Order: sequence, then structure tokens, then C-alpha cells
Amino acid sequence: MAEDRLSRVFAALADPTRRDIVARLAVGDATVGQLAAPYEVSVQAVSKHLRVLQEAGLVSQRREAQRRPCHLEAEVLDLMTAWIERYRRRAEERFRRLDDVLAAIDDEEEGAT
Amino acid sequence: MSATTRHETTIEADPSLPTVTVTRDFAAPPERVFRAWTDPELIVRWLGPKDTPMRLQQWDARTGGSYRYTAERDGEVVASFYGSFHEVRPSLRLVQTFTFEGVPDGVSMDIISFDDLGGGRTRVTCLSVLESIEGRDAMLASGMETGVIEGYEALDELLAAG
Repeated sequence: MAEDRLSRVFAALADPTRRDIVARLAVGDATVGQLAAPYEVSVQAVSKHLRVLQEAGLVSQRREAQRRPCHLEAEVLDLMTAWIERYRRRAEERFRRLDDVLAAIDDEEEGAT
Repeated sequence: MSATTRHETTIEADPSLPTVTVTRDFAAPPERVFRAWTDPELIVRWLGPKDTPMRLQQWDARTGGSYRYTAERDGEVVASFYGSFHEVRPSLRLVQTFTFEGVPDGVSMDIISFDDLGGGRTRVTCLSVLESIEGRDAMLASGMETGVIEGYEALDELLAAG
């Protein structure tokens, strides 16, 4: 489950426009019109990108009186960061064992000479 | 920061490419780090976690050679891995393929560079290229050690049930 979700998040972020939208929403909520403004693409095209981001759980849209601002679900990004951090920590544990081996063979070589 | 500052492992996973880059500095010259990476007696001392020691079935660290090893726990094989040494360029570069037998169609190509930082220090950069972004994500999300642990937990359950 978590893996599927992670894949969707990664796939959603594979597109530079969508990464841009995420960066923009990290600053604050915005409407589709506001998000579309800096791009030379239609509101429809931006809506399509937003749909991918919504399906990945990265973005939600709530209904207000006249507008439907988009909101970044930061905790989903945090989930992805957590997976990568766990992978990094495992690599670091492995490399600390390698640090010990390197120190040990240094001693062995000094002992031999 | 001084040269003696500890540099922890960094990970880069490009959202648009099926790659992972792992970088780490070591307090030893490239020849020695490379040896720890290719010498069969040394690799078993650090690659696998202590509770699942690795046992080499085959280890021919030469260009065109191959390897296979298992991770064991209490004498039980919990995971197997194999691959080829595509290129072994002493103290500089190691190109390997890597497959976890639990995911037989999954393969990564690992390009490991050993850069001399001077002063007896080496920067190791491991670039893993996978077949798809999904495959890369699955590797990041689960990791083989999780697979090992999960496999072991499944075995525990099986034994408890039996």
C-alpha cells in the first residue's frame, strides 16, 4: 500500500510543471486560475496536472463561497521524505561498518610493516 | 567545515529518472576503499547487517566476473542476491548489476566511483539505474533489508502456526 502511494507521488512529481505547482502551493493555497497564470498553457491543462497531483494525494481542493483553492498536503511529501530517510539511514549504517573495516585494515597494514 | 568533519550518507532520487545516487566520504585512500569493496574477505565484514551475515557462493571481482551471495539468519538463508561485475577498474570505478532473487525481474546497474579527495580521503558515489521509476520507488520504499526482515517475520509466523 505505502509503496503504491509512494510510486504515485513520485510519478506525479516526475513532471516539471507539476513540481512547479507543488513549489507554488508550498507558499500558500491558490486557485486554478492563479496557478495557471504564469504558464503559457490553458487552465484546462493546469487542471489536468492538478488532477494527477490530487490522485497522488499531494493536493486537495476545498470549496469556498466563490472559489476552490488548491491546498498542498505537506504530510504526503513528508511520507516520501521519510522513506528516503529510512533508506539513507540503512546506507549510513552499512557505511559505518565499512568505516570500521577500513580502520581495521589500516591497523593490520601498519602492524605488518 | 574541516576535513575531519564526518560526512554522512546523502541520497538523491530524481523524481523524473529511475535512479538513486548514494554519496559518502571515507577516511581512507581510494585503493583501500576499493579493496574493502572487492576483496571477498572484507566485503562480508560490512555489506550485510550483523544479524543477517552474508555468505558468498561466488565472488569473482574481475571485469566479466560474477557474484552470488545469501543473507543468513541463525543459519537459515533469508535472501539471495546475484549479479555481474561489468567493469572492475582498480581504485577508480566498479560497474555491477544487482538482482534480489525475491524480485527476479528486478535488476539495477550500479556504477560506483571512487574519487580521491586527497589527505587519505575518498568520496564514493553509487549511481543505481533501474528499469523503471516504479522499480526504483519499490527499492527505496522497501529496501532489501526490509525484505529480509519481513521474510524472517513471515517465517516466524509460519513456525508459530505450525
